[in-house]
This record gives sequence, C-alpha cells and structure tokens, in this order.
Amino acid sequence: MIYNMTVSPDFPPEHIAGWYIFNTWLQRQLNESIHLELYNDFRQQRDAIQNDKIDLIYANPFDAAMLVREKGFTALAAPVGRADEAVIAVSEASAIQNIEDLPVQCTVASTDDPDIHLIGMIMLEPADISRDTVQVHQVGTYVLVAKQLIQQKADVGFFLAEAFDNLSSFVSSQLREVIRSQIYDIRHVLLAGPGIQEQHEAIKTALAGMNDDEKGQDVLANLSFESWEILQQEDTEFMIDLMDTLA
Amino acid sequence: MKNMHKAEVIEPCEQTLLTYQDTTERVVLFNEEEVPFPDGKLIVSRTDLEGKITHCNQSFIDMAGYDRGELIGEPHHILRHPDMPAAAFADLWKTVESGGKWHGYVKNLCKDGRYYWVYATVIPNIRDGKISGYTSVRRKPSRSKVEGCISLYAQMKQAEVGA
Ligand SMILES: Cc1cc2nc3c(=O)[nH]c(=O)nc-3n(C[C@H](O)[C@H](O)[C@H](O)COP(=O)(O)O)c2cc1C
Repeated sequence: MIYNMTVSPDFPPEHIAGWYIFNTWLQRQLNESIHLELYNDFRQQRDAIQNDKIDLIYANPFDAAMLVREKGFTALAAPVGRADEAVIAVSEASAIQNIEDLPVQCTVASTDDPDIHLIGMIMLEPADISRDTVQVHQVGTYVLVAKQLIQQKADVGFFLAEAFDNLSSFVSSQLREVIRSQIYDIRHVLLAGPGIQEQHEAIKTALAGMNDDEKGQDVLANLSFESWEILQQEDTEFMIDLMDTLA
Repeated sequence: MKNMHKAEVIEPCEQTLLTYQDTTERVVLFNEEEVPFPDGKLIVSRTDLEGKITHCNQSFIDMAGYDRGELIGEPHHILRHPDMPAAAFADLWKTVESGGKWHGYVKNLCKDGRYYWVYATVIPNIRDGKISGYTSVRRKPSRSKVEGCISLYAQMKQAEVGA
C-alpha cells in the first residue's frame, strides 16, 4: 500500500526540501510508503482531492472545511504557535493611511491563497468594499503582489503576514503596511483521509513525540515548525465553523 | 443576571429596565461613548442551545469589558443594548434554530456603559447532524451601514413602543 501526501501550495518555496525530509521521516516512523506530490496551485490540488487521490494533507484552513465535511478527513495536528494572518499593504508613495481612505472601486493584488484572500476582503469591508466593487489582479506569488503595488498597478495588496515579513528589505522599503489581522484561530492543519484510517493514531503518536529527539527536531526546523499540537475533533470543527461565518 | 451599577459605569449615563425574552429583567446603564472596533480582529463567541455563553475569545473580553468568568454560563443578552430592537434578535433566533446563517449589524453594551457596533454572523454548530450550539463571529462594520441601522433601529424601537 502506498499512501499519498500533499501540501497546501501556499507553503514558502524554501520549505520544499523540508516537506520531502518530513515525508522520509514519517515513512520511517510508520514503516509505510508515502508518496509526496506537490501541486502548483490550489485548483490542481482540489482536483486531486476530488478524485480521492490524497490520504494526507497539510491543508489551507479554507480547504480543511471541504476535506472534513465532504471527504471525511480528520484533522490530526497543527504546528504550534502558527496562525494564518493577513497583511494589507500599499505602495510607500500611496496616500492611503487607513482602510477607510480607500475608494469603493479599488484594485486589489492578491494570490490564489484562499484564506488570505478571504481575510483580506473582510478587512476591506469597513470601507464598503466588496467582491462586487473591487477589481482583483490575481498573481502567482507574494513578491508579484508587492510588484503590483510598487508599479502602481493595484491600490492595495493582500499578503500572508509571514510572507510580507520575509520580503527583501529592498522590496519592503517600497511598501507600507496598513492593517494586519490578529485572528489567531485560523491556521493550517494536517489532515488524514479515510484511506489512511488505520494509521491515524500512529501518525498522531509520531507527531506528538517529534520534538523529543534530535532527528525529529531537525526535521521540524527544516519546516520552521517548533512542534506539533495534536488536535481534537472539536478544535477543527470550531475552526471550520469560524471559516463558515466568514465565507 | 446582576443589575449594572453606577460604580462600574462611566458617567454621565442613562438608566433603563430591560425585559428579556425569557421574562427576566435587568437594570442597565448606558452612555453615549462608542468604543471603536479593533482593526484586524474578530470577536468570537459560542453559546449552548439556549444562548448561554460557552466560549469567547480575548477580543470579546477586551471589548465587552467583563472578565471571562463573568461571561461564561451567562445568557448572551448580557451585551444587549437598549437601542437594539427585539425584532432583530427574533429574526436571529428564528434563522439559526432552523439551521440557517444570520448576518446583521448589532450595537452591543459594554460593562462600563459604553457601546460598540459590529457586523455579526451567527451560525448553528452542526455535530452528528444535530445543532449542538451556536457560533458568532463579529467583524468591523462599515460606517455607512451603521448609520443606516441607527435610523432603522430607532424606527423599529418606536414601533415597539406604539405596539
Ligand atoms: C451565538 C450567539 C451570539 C449572540 N451574540 C449577541 C450579541 O453579541 N449581542 C446581543 O445583544 N445579542 C446576541 N445574541 C442574541 C441573544 O441571545 C439575545 O437574543 C439578545 O441579546 C436579546 O435578548 P433576549 O432575546 O434574551 O431578549 C446572540 C445569540 C447567539 C445564539
């Protein structure tokens, strides 16, 4: 039996190797074969999910709802202390100081990262801006979002806070943060599907103890994770309810 | 529920007696000072089937001004502001009890008599096919929508008095 694992396409590119190392580690722990498939974008990944090609997934919170409710997945764990927060930024030269200064008909640069786009749109609501009034320029990476702002092709840009904080100083010096979400409860989770049911407990045990030995710590460090927090079903249901209220 | 007391409230304030749906009453004190919704945050709470608070996040506590211990187990109407028309909440309960999602603008009352406006969404928590409780998430409302509600709710309150 070979299981299939995938990772939400919004992971930072510098963690690609880290996920392969994680997969090797997990296979050793479980003594099972797992194939890691990384998809280029959310659409391709969703197709794979719909076709029941995925057993294990480190998922965007936006997709977690669909995985749990429609595909019978169970959330096993989440990295400790990491939430998905969004930043809305403008070009340094922009006159915009507050969200409320934005024109109702504004141009947004965003990625296909679904939870960051959702949180970004919610943070624009106080300015009476909605899906119907904005023009969205969807680009492939957060660096390209920054570029849209610097070249004044968009009024505001949505960033994963972590990606915003890791922009080069040359790029970030040309941008200005207007607002940053502080939601804390929305985060990526590791989910396992019905096809790997017999391994759920073993995976949880392995992840719970990952921080206890040097090898595990190394693997975590390659993903910039501290440790895993094992989730109860209700923790995930709560996050899904929360996403539901925002959708 | 405990009445509000002058010692805990910012003055000048007005006083009124609220009668809740469950026929209990409470003296509430309120003033004209608005607390701005914190940028970038969500105010989250959950209730049981009767509307008693079972969970709230830090933003909820910060805005309402009560300690967590004063909130958990209390009816959610602890935040009810006298300017809110009963019909808004009747619609909320009718919607979520039948499994739907409710959205609306709500003026809430803080422990110190101040108020804050939110755009609230309330959903039923479905577990094993049954409603096990409710979750509400509030976000920062648009000022123009709030202005619209101020006059609408005032008219609705007027109609209540006439009824
Ligand atoms: C999940 C949930 C959250 C609620 N949040 C509020 C709130 O923030 N403020 C409020 O006045 N009522 C809120 N309500 C409605 C109250 O339960 C209540 O209906 C309302 O305060 C009016 O009081 P009464 O219906 O007891 O007369 C909420 C209800 C639910 C189910």
